[in-house]
Amino acid sequence: MNRSGMGRSGVSEFVIDIENLVFQWPGRNGFRLSIPQFKVKPGERIFLQGASGSGKSTLLGLLGGVLLPQPCRLRVLDTDMTALTSSARDRFRVDHVGFLFQQFNLVPYLSVRENVLLPCRFSPRRRQRSLEAAGTNAANALEQSADRLLAQLGLDAALARQPATALSVGQQQRVAAARALIGHPELIIADEPTSALDSDRQAEFLDLLLERCENENVTLIFVSHDERLAQHFTRSIHLNELRG
Amino acid sequence: MAISIALSVILLLGVEQLRTQARENFSQSISGTDLVVGARTSPIQLMLYAVFRLGDATHSIRWASFQAIAQHPAVAWAIPISLGDSHRGFAVVGTTPAYFKYFRYADGRSLAFSAGGPFGDIFDAVIGADVAEQLGYHLGDHIILNHGAKDIGLAQHADKPFQVVGILKRTGLPVDRSVHVGLEAIEAIHLDWQGGAPIAGLSIPAEYVRKFDLNPKELTAVLIGLKSRVGVFQMQRFINQYRGEPLLAVLPGVALDELWSVVGIVENSLLIISALVVAVGLSGLVAVVLAGLGERRRELAILRSVGAGPRVVFMLLAIEGLIIVVVGSLLGLLGLIALSHFAAPFLQAHLGISLTAGLISAEAWQLLLLVMATGFLVSLVPGYRAYRISLADGLTPRL
Repeated sequence: MNRSGMGRSGVSEFVIDIENLVFQWPGRNGFRLSIPQFKVKPGERIFLQGASGSGKSTLLGLLGGVLLPQPCRLRVLDTDMTALTSSARDRFRVDHVGFLFQQFNLVPYLSVRENVLLPCRFSPRRRQRSLEAAGTNAANALEQSADRLLAQLGLDAALARQPATALSVGQQQRVAAARALIGHPELIIADEPTSALDSDRQAEFLDLLLERCENENVTLIFVSHDERLAQHFTRSIHLNELRG
Repeated sequence: MAISIALSVILLLGVEQLRTQARENFSQSISGTDLVVGARTSPIQLMLYAVFRLGDATHSIRWASFQAIAQHPAVAWAIPISLGDSHRGFAVVGTTPAYFKYFRYADGRSLAFSAGGPFGDIFDAVIGADVAEQLGYHLGDHIILNHGAKDIGLAQHADKPFQVVGILKRTGLPVDRSVHVGLEAIEAIHLDWQGGAPIAGLSIPAEYVRKFDLNPKELTAVLIGLKSRVGVFQMQRFINQYRGEPLLAVLPGVALDELWSVVGIVENSLLIISALVVAVGLSGLVAVVLAGLGERRRELAILRSVGAGPRVVFMLLAIEGLIIVVVGSLLGLLGLIALSHFAAPFLQAHLGISLTAGLISAEAWQLLLLVMATGFLVSLVPGYRAYRISLADGLTPRL
């Protein structure tokens, strides 16, 4: 995995490195998540299984830097998340992590292409990387890059200018996948992205996503309660196993 | 959403524009006159009937008094005015050719003719621009005057028609809506009248009126221009203490200020009401954006996932509200300009207020900026709500 140019000293062997993590939601009966240890190596494609209420959202929030745990070891891409300010965590999130959600994944008033390019607006790093991926200096290099990604995910270029709401649910999820992938983030976190699709579309979407992650050497955390999907991943973990 | 703000802005700016235009019109119509003289009454009333042709004079003044004033050494010019008759709703002004020579308005402009010239013969009439336009009169047309201010049909001076000899250029003043005739003509048409009705059995044909004494005996008011404005208070005292009959001289500016202080209460209530309408529009905006936020929690989560901090989310929502307010305000401004363009003839005809369409006063701009600033402030409310939501939800919206 090419980690050069990231300007970070000390190469870690883990993309996600958690030890003794405890997070308690505020309030007397606030939900409590504790994870003694969770480590993910670069290029792994993890299937993370968990029923609703098992702490998935909390874990995603912690990995994405939206939530901050009590002092512990929480390193993502060799960065100590507990040491960053909230705006630095916002920046880190868009620079290095692509997110994919269940459904209604797109901003309704933006076009398909604008949705795909959303991370590039907030992250110069991902903007730069998608310009490099376009391999051209043309004025619309960024758009070309987005369109190419859409094409790789099986979406017609003619859809790029459509409003996001004009697409079917399956198409919308592919656009969301393109948004997660654009600018080559090192980690993709997908939160039940296939649950709104029928089984044929599910398999198709999963194949495309896994293919892209493999090609681009991206680490994938795929959260789902549907254990039939587990076979497609390099490792399958049940969230309850992680919790201490 | 923007539409309701646009409508409220139209109302607010419309009231403001009417207000300033009305003031401007009123003060312009009399700006060249130093003193207005009439029978003793309240200054405001004298101004209203003598200058703006609103309401009726209660008393008239004698010709001898006019002569005494006109010959006063401080007086540069004096224009006698005799009111009371009308022509199809337009006021008839009995005066002398001095009217066309000396009357000044706005920034010292004098009356100008678009056709013809001042009256010379007894039954000559000079009509204002609106009279000519609305009644379709041209030079040489014959018109019949009505007795009294109201068009009640029967009481006409039908036996003594007038000929249009001059048409004045548009001024934006009551002059546009007046028919001007000589003082002698006023005497002539009332020769065979008494107590507001024709004398039964007596009818003096127009050909014979010259045989009678047509020297004016009574006037309604006098407009005075002084040689030097310095002597204005001295002259006012002279007239107010005139021994021949009780007279009143008012300084137009002072009387107008007095008028505005009365009208101001109404004006301010109108402004307050329209400000309230704007407030309702803005709170409607906040309510709609707030109500929509619940459905937009996913959108906020998406924005958070691509690196937007809660503060960015706050700004996005605040700017969204601001854009709606700005768009609404500008729509309102355009609407007002269009509206005043179409409403101008109506207002001119029915209220005598001439709107200069498309000209927005500095106060109106200030109001508009105030609306936008308030709009931005109230947009902070949905912004703050979105900030709270995105902090609480993080990447997984609670639906």
